[in-house]
Amino acid sequence: MAKYIGKRLLYMIISLWMIVTATFFFMRIAPGNPFASEKKLPPEIEANLNAHFGLDKPWYAQYWEYLVRIVNWDFGPSFKYKSQTVNDLINEGFPVSFLLGMEAIFIAVAIGVLLGIIAALKHNRWPDYTAMIIAVLGISVPSFIMASFLQYFLAIKMGIFPVARWETFMHSVLPALALASTPMAFIARLTRSSMLEVLANDYIKTAKSKGLSSGVITVKHTIRNALLPVVTYMGPLTAGILTGSFVIEKIFGIPGLGAHFVTSINNRDYTVIMGVTVFYSILLLVSILLVDIAYGIIDPRIKLAGGKKGE
Amino acid sequence: MQISKDKFKLVGTQLSEAEKISKPSLSFWKDVFIRFRKNKLALFGLVLLGLLIFMAIFGPYMTPYDYASNDLVNKNQPPSSEHWFGTDDLGRDVFARTWEGARISIFIGVAAALIDLIIGVIWGGIAGYKGGRTDEFMMRFADILYGVPYLLLVILLMVVLGQGLTTMIIAMSITGWINMSRIVRGQVLSLKSQEYVLAAKTLGANTNRIMAKHLIPNSMGPILVTMTLTVPSAIFTEAFLSFLGLGLTPPLASWGTMANDGLPAMRYYPWRLFFPATFICLTIFAFNVVGDGLRDALDPRMRK
Repeated sequence: MAKYIGKRLLYMIISLWMIVTATFFFMRIAPGNPFASEKKLPPEIEANLNAHFGLDKPWYAQYWEYLVRIVNWDFGPSFKYKSQTVNDLINEGFPVSFLLGMEAIFIAVAIGVLLGIIAALKHNRWPDYTAMIIAVLGISVPSFIMASFLQYFLAIKMGIFPVARWETFMHSVLPALALASTPMAFIARLTRSSMLEVLANDYIKTAKSKGLSSGVITVKHTIRNALLPVVTYMGPLTAGILTGSFVIEKIFGIPGLGAHFVTSINNRDYTVIMGVTVFYSILLLVSILLVDIAYGIIDPRIKLAGGKKGE
Repeated sequence: MQISKDKFKLVGTQLSEAEKISKPSLSFWKDVFIRFRKNKLALFGLVLLGLLIFMAIFGPYMTPYDYASNDLVNKNQPPSSEHWFGTDDLGRDVFARTWEGARISIFIGVAAALIDLIIGVIWGGIAGYKGGRTDEFMMRFADILYGVPYLLLVILLMVVLGQGLTTMIIAMSITGWINMSRIVRGQVLSLKSQEYVLAAKTLGANTNRIMAKHLIPNSMGPILVTMTLTVPSAIFTEAFLSFLGLGLTPPLASWGTMANDGLPAMRYYPWRLFFPATFICLTIFAFNVVGDGLRDALDPRMRK
């Protein structure tokens, strides 16, 4: 187990280092310098600015400084908003995104699992077909389209929910639903197929012949085993929620980190793009690692020591 | 109960008669097609896909309007007999733009899938066939690259390389091939120890021939399924990027850029969002159900 975690940690660090290095060099070769879109600056001021941000040093010195800063969890200043650092943006935006993301994950898992269970228990009957049609729709409709449709019909046309902004719980319902729709559909399909697989096992037959009620069989024997594959989906789920939040926050005008990220892309605010990308990557890689470790603990049949993942 | 003797008749006394194959023998792909045809949803997806491709080819010629020319007098017109899907804020015909967008969206999807196919088959094929150190090294490299969050990398590349069709396809392919290479490697790994490969080797076939004539054709099923499922995810990524403002530059139209343009005007001119959005969903839906149907049809465990 320790060996496995060590190996995974090593891979994770190599992946992260690649991301950090890639962001650094990408941003160096990106067209235009950070001050190019402002008014034409006098050369003295430009030289001062370059000195201030350390841009006058050779690239390897800059690269090394950047690595050291990231290890110290310092993502540097924003080029566009002079008074703010990237850390400020993360501290300010991330709690909002985190809350929204958690709500979406809760919706996706709760409804997805429920749909999957209903579909499997009523296999090849109308509840199954209904649940699977909902799932196919959820997979086919990208989150930003779901968001615009929800906003148009439920908020603008019917006025049930507020159209945008981030104030009360009611404001969070539509964005969370839009964010949850695709992962929910995946979870529903995953739960259904793994439920069907478990239901075909001999121990279910044994439980039935012992005279257990179908409720007890479903809760105690089937669901517990069937939910294991859903746990493996938690990693991709986090990734989906995270990237989905870019557009959802833009559509609903939510002041989260995703919205800041999109703004920084449109502003070509390179330090923010770099910082937030690195931050998101760390978040993702750590959560995927945690999920894998958790999976090994929950399911004793999985032996982690081999170090081969998901085969 | 008595049954009279004349109710019985001798059949199949001849051995050759008994051995005769009454059904015409089916090739593998015919068999797959028969199973695929039984899946109503997949068949529906295939028809839908055919329609979408037909419209992508002929749609722009069905209207006298051009996708790029402005007509500021008739801007933001609702759908009518004149402009079937209405017009946008520059008076461009949404019908013409939708099918022009279909061409670009489908092109991006198919191009990304083809590049993934080429790199993935070569990489996965070599790793799987060589095995040992080569395999270990190649697959570790893929694992590490796989750890890099896909959309973040694509966004980063689009920012750096600048917007455009080619950049977008390159950005998607940089990590897109990994999935394909893993699948090909798995297939090659399990197929290379089969007797017919040994037979081919004994007959003096070289590695290239074994790969091209035996291993890759026999892995075609999973490869095809992966490709079919890559297309919708590439179309989604294109729409997503365009929606972030990182897509194609005007006057080129893709469904993503059209949806992005239409979003702020949703309240008053909903058709500008509705048409591109609906066609994105329909295309992704069609590719997904066809891919699922293919997977079920190819999976021997589904055989009755």
